[in-house]
Amino acid sequence: MRLILNTTEPQRVGEVIDATTTDFTAQCYELYQSPPLGSLVKTTDLPLELYGLVYNAATTSIEPGRRPIARGKDETSEEAIYRQSPQLLKLLRSEFSALVIGHRQGDRLYHYLPPRTARIHSFVYLCPPGEVKEFSQSFDFLNMLINTRLPVSTDELVAACLRQMSQVYEDRHAFLVAAGKELAILLSGQFSQLKAILGRIKQ
Amino acid sequence: MSERLGIVVSGSLNKGVEVRLDSSASVEEMAVGRYVTIEGEKQRFFGMITDVSLGVIDQKLTITPPDVSDPFMAEVLAGTSTYGTLHVLPMLTIGGEVASLIEGPQPVKTVPSHFSVVKLASQRDVELVFGSEDEKKFYIGTPLDMETKVCLDLEELVKRSNGIFGKSGTGKTFLTRLLLIGMLQKGTAVNLVFDMHSEYGWEGRSEEGRKVKALKQLFPSKVAVFTLDEESSRRRGVTTDGVVRIGYDEIEPEDVGLLRQTLNLTELAVEAVYQLSRRFGKNWLQSTLDLRDTEELPEGLNIHESTLHNLRRGLETVRRLPFIEPHAPTSAVDYILNKLDQGENVVLEFGRYTDITAYILVANLLTRRIHAKYRDRTEKAMGEDAIPPRQLVITIEEAHRFLNPEVASQTIFGTIAREMRKYNVTLLVIDQRPSGIDSEVMSQIGTKITCLLDNDRDIDSVLAGVSGKSELKSVLSRLESKQQALIFGHAVPMPAPIRIREYGSAQSYKDFIPDENIEKDIEELWG
Repeated sequence: MRLILNTTEPQRVGEVIDATTTDFTAQCYELYQSPPLGSLVKTTDLPLELYGLVYNAATTSIEPGRRPIARGKDETSEEAIYRQSPQLLKLLRSEFSALVIGHRQGDRLYHYLPPRTARIHSFVYLCPPGEVKEFSQSFDFLNMLINTRLPVSTDELVAACLRQMSQVYEDRHAFLVAAGKELAILLSGQFSQLKAILGRIKQ
Repeated sequence: MSERLGIVVSGSLNKGVEVRLDSSASVEEMAVGRYVTIEGEKQRFFGMITDVSLGVIDQKLTITPPDVSDPFMAEVLAGTSTYGTLHVLPMLTIGGEVASLIEGPQPVKTVPSHFSVVKLASQRDVELVFGSEDEKKFYIGTPLDMETKVCLDLEELVKRSNGIFGKSGTGKTFLTRLLLIGMLQKGTAVNLVFDMHSEYGWEGRSEEGRKVKALKQLFPSKVAVFTLDEESSRRRGVTTDGVVRIGYDEIEPEDVGLLRQTLNLTELAVEAVYQLSRRFGKNWLQSTLDLRDTEELPEGLNIHESTLHNLRRGLETVRRLPFIEPHAPTSAVDYILNKLDQGENVVLEFGRYTDITAYILVANLLTRRIHAKYRDRTEKAMGEDAIPPRQLVITIEEAHRFLNPEVASQTIFGTIAREMRKYNVTLLVIDQRPSGIDSEVMSQIGTKITCLLDNDRDIDSVLAGVSGKSELKSVLSRLESKQQALIFGHAVPMPAPIRIREYGSAQSYKDFIPDENIEKDIEELWG
């Protein structure tokens, strides 16, 4: 999936179905349409706007007890399975989880946790490039990322997030170097971890 | 040029401050001896880089080094995980304080606060510290990597004795010639130069063998060249203002005392000289040489035979000096003194007589008389409210021969270095072994200009008593072997490593004498 980054209108990608102080989970309206790992999304709970970083995505059966079964034994292609059983699209669902890494109140952007959690059923949008740029002016969120325990590896998430953010910059290299320097300071005692992340973000 | 270099992270007034380099500043572009400014909260500090070092944030990096062939990795790590540090010695405060606004740069009494920004000093800052060329200040060179002028306050310089040091071949002679030219140009003092190798009067030679003009060619009306060796001067095509001959009767016991080491005389022999001179009067030298053995000694003189032998052997050496005559036709000493009185600068060439005995004898003999005369005149001036005599600077080479700990307390040069400042006579000593000079004399030297030295004892003796000695030591030992010098002391506000001003080209002569004719003249002469 390729995101259309040039739109200024935020693209709606889902709806919050679960929320805690540190993260929220949203269900996608379309199957498999979850935003890429590490992309910046936001949801609104006026007057707050919460920013989250996609750290996990999953596609599962809508009923927890019913697992999908293999259906393609006699089909020639994968698409044919869905054509044969159009109900499948309704029996499965895609969700993604985002880590809350900041919020906006009024005109000000804060790179720390908001006072409230996201509301269930509030819409989740993919941040447009301008907003990504604005948010990534400060690397304060990296500290929060590094210090959170997540089901995915922190190194992977940090690298994915920086790769995503760098796409909105004309000079990707400069952005990545600046981010790398910030990481070098944050991970001053953990050179092996730093090396792992840097290895994942270099072009 | 006021490029940001980094921030102050630690330090002390005694040892200087540590500056952590920004990642944008390359450690390889730093150089010991560069000037920097530190923007403190209330005042600006002016200092010098005295050391450059490398640091890592995590020791693991030194054990498993990252792959810096990857440019991204190298760029990220530079300045964060791996960084450069500078050691900066703050020397002056410029601006900020009331005193420094009114009176110019002041010596530092504190250090800048944490995380003050450090920048490369701008041309303006350097000018503010070292001043610009004017009727008193002489442009001696430039900072090591800038085009700004470092100027010496010559009026202050000549008030005290000064020293030029450096290993052989590092440019002491060029530097001395420059300083002398400066003094002549600004007219701050009248000079008497004991020119051992005949290179200050008419012309000298550069290391490459090129001829360079000396004082008389640049300032014909202000300089008189005297010679001890007429023939040598004639051969070199030098027109001299006089030939110096010294009569036996002009040599006094004190002159022999100073020659004790060079003539290999015993203590007793020197003592005997005083006895003999008391007995024989002015003609003691001739009379002593006429004695064949101790039996001919006048009554009352108790001199052992071996002492007399020792003394006679020494005095024979003196007598063999070609410029020594039984009776000098005119007193060269008076003639030279006269010239000095008239404000003319005197260079005394030694020609072929570069023997140290000749040099010490003549220098001492002349200087003692000048000393006596200056003292009389200054005292008279004090008493009668008359004009004191003109400031005189006496230049001596191989200074450790005159000023070593054994003789410094007895010779006239030791006295001048210690106290003649009051009588308007100072020394310009040139030496390659400063450790051989008496420490008491060294401590009285106002401004020291030192080219490269690499002997530890020499370095220690030159830097004795300077604040930030160990830091300056590293600057001094890293000077290039030519055209670079460290200058510190009375005439400059702070120690300054400099690239010495160019000398020897047509343009350089023109800079000293802004006269249109000279250019044509130079072109004709030197092409």
